[in-house]
Amino acid sequence: MTWAQLAGLVALGAFHGLNPAMGWLFAVARGLQEGSRAVLLRSLPAIAAGHGASVAVLASLVTATRSMLASTVLAVSTGALLVAFGLWRMLARRHFRWVGMRLSLAQLAGWSFLVSSAHGAGLMLLPVLLAGPAPAGAGHGGHLAAAPAGALSGLVAAGVHTVAMFAVAAGCALLVHEVLGTGVLRRAWLNLDRLWAGVLVATGLVTLVTAT
Amino acid sequence: MTRWTPDPTFYASPRDAVQAPPEKLAYVAAFDRTAQRPDAIAVVDVDPDSTGYGTVVGWTDLPYTGDELHHFGWNACSSALCPTAPHPHVERRYLIVPGLRSSRIYVLDTRPDPARPEVVKVLDPKELADGAGYSRPHTVHCGPDGIYLSALGGAHGDDGPGGIAVLDHDTFEVRGGWEADRGPQFLAYDFWWHLTEDVLVSSEWGTPSMIEDGIVGELLLGRRYGHALHFWDLRRRRHVQTVDLGDQYQMPLELRPAHDPTKAYGFVGVVISVEDLSASIWVWHRDGERWAATRVIDIPAEPADPELLPELLKPFGAVPPLVTDIDLSVDDRFLYVSCWGTGELLQYDVSDPFHPVRTGSVRLGGIVGRVAHPARPDLPLAGGPQMVEVSRDGRRVYLTNSLYGAWDDQFYPDGVGAWQAKLDVDPEAGGITVDQRFFPHGDDFRGLRVHQTRLQGGDASSDSYCFR
Repeated sequence: MTWAQLAGLVALGAFHGLNPAMGWLFAVARGLQEGSRAVLLRSLPAIAAGHGASVAVLASLVTATRSMLASTVLAVSTGALLVAFGLWRMLARRHFRWVGMRLSLAQLAGWSFLVSSAHGAGLMLLPVLLAGPAPAGAGHGGHLAAAPAGALSGLVAAGVHTVAMFAVAAGCALLVHEVLGTGVLRRAWLNLDRLWAGVLVATGLVTLVTAT
Repeated sequence: MTRWTPDPTFYASPRDAVQAPPEKLAYVAAFDRTAQRPDAIAVVDVDPDSTGYGTVVGWTDLPYTGDELHHFGWNACSSALCPTAPHPHVERRYLIVPGLRSSRIYVLDTRPDPARPEVVKVLDPKELADGAGYSRPHTVHCGPDGIYLSALGGAHGDDGPGGIAVLDHDTFEVRGGWEADRGPQFLAYDFWWHLTEDVLVSSEWGTPSMIEDGIVGELLLGRRYGHALHFWDLRRRRHVQTVDLGDQYQMPLELRPAHDPTKAYGFVGVVISVEDLSASIWVWHRDGERWAATRVIDIPAEPADPELLPELLKPFGAVPPLVTDIDLSVDDRFLYVSCWGTGELLQYDVSDPFHPVRTGSVRLGGIVGRVAHPARPDLPLAGGPQMVEVSRDGRRVYLTNSLYGAWDDQFYPDGVGAWQAKLDVDPEAGGITVDQRFFPHGDDFRGLRVHQTRLQGGDASSDSYCFR
């Protein structure tokens, strides 16, 4: 993994962590509801775990596949997928199905997994994963034996990303809970969903262009 | 199209919402009892600095007749900030306006000209019937995942059960019936929720056949109208518990849960006790794992000369208070209670919900009192304070005087008329006074009767909050 890739993973982690819809707002609500900062703090790891799992599934799949498949094929299909998904996020205005507010920590992790997956959090990482040098042997008919090692690098990438996401989400949650108050939401909450969809499309296009 | 920043009328917490700027316009449902002319949404200027203050400044006729507009609500509200599926970049822009008699549902766009909303969509009764199995749509609440709409009747010839339909947030199409398991619930009327507790509460009036031709004496004395509250698991859409108030307590109607999301209690008004014609206010609350309801206010009937009473009441020689609407201020401090029979609006300090303290009273209209508005002391008023709406800052209260077409005619047989009044509130000490500058009435409403008022930007019964 290159430094540029690491930086990309961290930056995207920060971007995901910043988005209130990705979970820190839920942690704040739970803390306020129970009148307890401890509840807020306990909620954050569950949310990060769900997010990390969602990202890891996709990341390890792609890096494992990459050790077997021609990188151009993978890059082109990834790019097309990203553009399509990004456009769908931009145009469709479906609201994620509401799951209720009183969740156990395990349910909270499950909620976070679903929200991250529905938002395409893992997809956004793919261009970064594909940016590095392909593992030896790739593009020459494929070696099944290389798959586990490939998957591992995907897991590492997901881990780096999730740590960054967790740190930023925790910072946002504590800042709003302890200092700013929820009143700040109605002024400062930029429509990250719209930006999010734009980022998906842009990264998809970049992947496509560099692949061909 | 979505916005880049949240709609400025959304507030994360009730504490923030109390700081909202005063409303400038009020939307009022107006209906023609004869069903000859279209019903309308009247727009009233409520900005005291405007030259048109207290007058009808806008009017939107609906495209059909015979709808009987009643309650209505917004497409989106502060619940859009709730953290499970936040989408605060939608706009509070469309009024969802059901016809209680026709079962048609209108969507009005208030954005191009707030004083003259435009009808942009009409849902046919068939769409509600086929999509959700309901008719006679009533209460509208903006939920975190869709627009919830209660309905009194069944569809395709069935009188009931009534229940809740869900409309799509964006397209306003009927998505379906809400209940996965309705348990013993059959009668429906109002509903609201404790969002952060995943709890929905619903109340009971009667099915269409029990109400549409007027209140039925035998049904009332036979204690056949609704007398229970239903508690539901909002997440699993299942009936959890029925709390029966006792069958003498006929018609628990409006439900007003605490706005503070950490408080799991709320108030419901009961129209009439068949034992002594009194009305009552109950508070629902947790009792261990279960729900319970406790009667906290009794409002007695007032003895009256039978000569002055409509046929229906002559045998009793008394005027029942008929509590038909209540409203709770956004800070959960004051409860307003409409006594439509005696013509009185009561204010209670409910800081301690189990021990309300009466802090104010205003008399207008009434079956016997016919108390005039101070702006027109020469004009005896029919009807009484009925729908009551409180501004977000809790400083202003708006009243209208019609209950429900067929029932107006029974209790005010010489005509209920049409009027709206505004009260000013002392938010510190409590107390209410009639604003003498504000009295749209009679021909101002073009011969139509007036029911619910909704305030521009939201009011005390339009929004729910997920943050303390």
